Amino acid sequence: MTFQSILFRNVEASINDDTNEAPAFFSDLNLDQIIDAITSGKQEYNLKPYYYTPLHDAETIYYRHEVMRDMEEPGIMTTIKALAEKMIVVRRYLGLVEKLDFNHHKNGWFLEAALVYCEAVTDLAGNLSRVNLKSRGLLAFRQYVTQYIQSRRFRSLHTEAHEVKGILADVRYCVLIQTGKFKVRKYDGETDYSVEIEATFEKFKQGAVKDYLARPSEGSGMNHIEAQILDFVARLYPEQFAALERFSEQYSNFLDETLRIFDREIQFYIAYLEFAAAIRRKGLTFCYPLVSGTNREVYASETFDLALARALLYRDQPIICNDFHLKEPERIIVVSGPNQGGKTTFARMLGQLHYLASLGCPVPGREAQLFLFDQIFTHFERAEDISNLRGKLQDDLVRIRKILDHATPDSILILNEIFASTTLRDAVFLSKEIIARVMELDMLCVWVTFIDELSSLSEKTISMVSTVVPENPALRTFKIIRQPADGLAYALSIAKKHRLTYEQIKERLSS
Amino acid sequence: MKVFLMYPDRDFEPGQELPSNVETLKQDLELNTLFTAMAQGNEFLFTVAEQALFTSLDSPEEIRYRQEILKDCLRHPDVVRQIYRIPIQAIENKKKHWMGILTNYPTGILSGAREMLEMFVDLLRTLKQIADEHAGGFESSGFRRFFAMIQQELDDVYFALVSKHLKTLKFRSGVLISGELGRGNEGTNYVLRKANPKDQNWVKQVIGRRSPVYSYTLHPRDDHGARALGELRDRGLNLVANAVAQSADHINSFFNALRLELAFYIGCLNLYEQLTQLGEPISFPKPLDAGRRQLSFVGLYDVTLALTMKQKVGGNDVNADHKDLVIITGANQGGKTTFLRSLGLAQLMMQCGMFVPAESYSANLCNRLFTHYKREEDATMTSGKLDEELSRMSFIVEQLAPNSMVLFNESFAATNEREGSEIARQITCALLEKRIQVFFVTHLYEFAHNLYERKMKNALFLRAERKADGERTFKIIEGEPLQTSYGLDVYHEIFEKDREIQEIGRQNEGPN
Repeated sequence: MTFQSILFRNVEASINDDTNEAPAFFSDLNLDQIIDAITSGKQEYNLKPYYYTPLHDAETIYYRHEVMRDMEEPGIMTTIKALAEKMIVVRRYLGLVEKLDFNHHKNGWFLEAALVYCEAVTDLAGNLSRVNLKSRGLLAFRQYVTQYIQSRRFRSLHTEAHEVKGILADVRYCVLIQTGKFKVRKYDGETDYSVEIEATFEKFKQGAVKDYLARPSEGSGMNHIEAQILDFVARLYPEQFAALERFSEQYSNFLDETLRIFDREIQFYIAYLEFAAAIRRKGLTFCYPLVSGTNREVYASETFDLALARALLYRDQPIICNDFHLKEPERIIVVSGPNQGGKTTFARMLGQLHYLASLGCPVPGREAQLFLFDQIFTHFERAEDISNLRGKLQDDLVRIRKILDHATPDSILILNEIFASTTLRDAVFLSKEIIARVMELDMLCVWVTFIDELSSLSEKTISMVSTVVPENPALRTFKIIRQPADGLAYALSIAKKHRLTYEQIKERLSS
Repeated sequence: MKVFLMYPDRDFEPGQELPSNVETLKQDLELNTLFTAMAQGNEFLFTVAEQALFTSLDSPEEIRYRQEILKDCLRHPDVVRQIYRIPIQAIENKKKHWMGILTNYPTGILSGAREMLEMFVDLLRTLKQIADEHAGGFESSGFRRFFAMIQQELDDVYFALVSKHLKTLKFRSGVLISGELGRGNEGTNYVLRKANPKDQNWVKQVIGRRSPVYSYTLHPRDDHGARALGELRDRGLNLVANAVAQSADHINSFFNALRLELAFYIGCLNLYEQLTQLGEPISFPKPLDAGRRQLSFVGLYDVTLALTMKQKVGGNDVNADHKDLVIITGANQGGKTTFLRSLGLAQLMMQCGMFVPAESYSANLCNRLFTHYKREEDATMTSGKLDEELSRMSFIVEQLAPNSMVLFNESFAATNEREGSEIARQITCALLEKRIQVFFVTHLYEFAHNLYERKMKNALFLRAERKADGERTFKIIEGEPLQTSYGLDVYHEIFEKDREIQEIGRQNEGPN
């Protein structure tokens, strides 16, 4: 088989590079933070289009899982990263060539680019032959590389680049610098004066002393004096510079297109795994989820909000993991309980999991089975929008209407405290109306709400609640557990703490 | 060129890590008084004295090496102080004229360092002159080696060579550098070259092998070009500037080493002069291997007491050869603590090569010295105090090795005598079995008496002398432990009663 893409099984399903806009639900689910973190430091690869494009077929997702698992092997990761690092250098040198002014200088850097490229490809082929690959993607890629390095095109590039470098490296010249002028000629065996000075004072050596070497800036520039010297040197050694000129013309386009694309696409995996590694250091786990576009049983254990985990990465604060499980015919998780208890985080997490799974990435958690959605819809209450209540309610309903119009049974819906700013009676009524439609669509849904009754409307809904520490109700556990909603439990425990329960007040008042 | 006046074969390293119990030793042995006398107000001398005293030498040979040098110093104090002024001068000149080499440009580094070298070379000439004049009068192998080295390494030929280089380094006729083509054909590996002699070029010119020469003259207003050429010059000079600056640093280090190593002896000279003024004797001790057990001295006095009192103080004579344990008992204010301190001080002074405050002194080396003194603070919290004492003891035990020496001063008295004695006894016996030398000043009669009764061959019992009329002589003499609490019948009675009551109480509790 021929190698085409490390991201897709067949090339027809490739990605439009212009997909530079994040899906609408990104900011509600904090996926924007996650993807920004993953792709930060890798801007030159323009990876976001890959992360903005969910997959809808399980086979491609498993194709990526295979590659991702291979990439989790340190030996393989090292091999690919070595390629990437060298390719960065190649691109930087080629970019330099475009910007430089003097011909011998341009040709010089072009040769360096070719040399690094040859080394990168040769090393890659060697390293790949030593690693144990399992994924279809990387196996095909290895085959491609093996053929490529044996090609005449690559072999002659390799040989000539080294030959030209060799003859240039032998060039030696002398510059005599005087005030306002200089002379250039060939080197003629003159002795090293620094060595003589060092030898003279050798006897005083007393162990380590300060290093006074100036570090000339490594910027690859050439001023007109250096250019003039190089010009003189080229006149002193005409054949050597002619060979360089011929090389530059002949190999002007040496970079292989397939390799170039691979170098970019594979960064999708590297970026994700590097990000996951940082999270794993906090003791959290990732797993490769089972995905299905038909089976609506979804579950995950010990999973967490990846954006939150990232935010708490360098803080001494544990990340609380949660579980969920929807079995037939359950479709809707109604999350209620005390505020600031992790309800919104839980809702986001469920959305994140499904989205990350649709990219073919490992997801937070010990194990997971997730649904291959066609679309994700979110509606999060935004506190700052409450200037015009009536207008806002209208807005909300318009948006929900739109969602319900576009949603299919394969969509996922995440609602967070909608109708919070309307009257309770309205909120209950509207919520019941909406949830009925959601149930009718049979879509997966997480609904964060203060309206308890929603959780027991039908066999399609389950109730999960945020919890508190029984001894100190003011402390949240950030655990969301499956149990019947009971808004009073929390209020009662707080009251008890302040000795304000019914019994307590009676007792206190009786004295 | 190495100074090697502290060790026959290595430098004296300043800033070495000192033993963990330095602060305790300073406090218990009044060492700051000693350092202050050696330093005479000079902070540097103080630090060096401290460093030297706490980095004990391991072998009698090393000690004798320093003793010989110190004897030379005592014989020629003026010459030694004259040599000591040379590095001081170097440091002062440097401070005055070079606030450190501040520039980062090789050209600037080179010119600053070249001038500093000139200054150093002048001082080296002075050192050479002193060596030529006085070397003959010195007897120690250390000084003889030092002077011989100066005379050999710094001969006239060498000074001539250095002068020539210092002139060349001004680069009056331009800077010649060679280069290679690095990445991107950018010049690299710039190496400063010495122009080939003219005649060789002439031969090559005749046979036609000489390279063509291309010249370029900058436009007078080409500032950018002049700067670029200056940068190139800097690159060429980079290594040599580094070499010259490092050479200056090395000579500077040599001066620093000379100052450092002589500072120890200057400190000893200072101390010697003060003790001589007080009429106190000193002697060079006879060091013996750490495995041996020898300690005998005549007229050993507490040097810090003499320095503090500014008068001659009484000394003690003891022969504790073949003893692992010395127990010192006797009345308060009888000179026990002073005696113990004089032992510790003499041990440390001997082990860094100094003379000792005694008419004669001979002792085995110890691999480390520890002190465990009763601490006055925390007097109110008796139970906490024993706890504190034992935790300090535990810290010492962590670091002990065979042939260490521990000086106890009224340790473990923070509880009743029986318990204190039992603790002291258990600790002491364990230490002795582990080949630790123990010196124990104690009031714990049960402890001292118990050990005395055993008639151990390797134990010596000393006592602060008290005449029949109760007068204290501050002399420490040989003698068995005496019960100091005689006459306190009432106290004793109550103490026993208390104990009985406690005993009964304990028995009653027992079966439960």
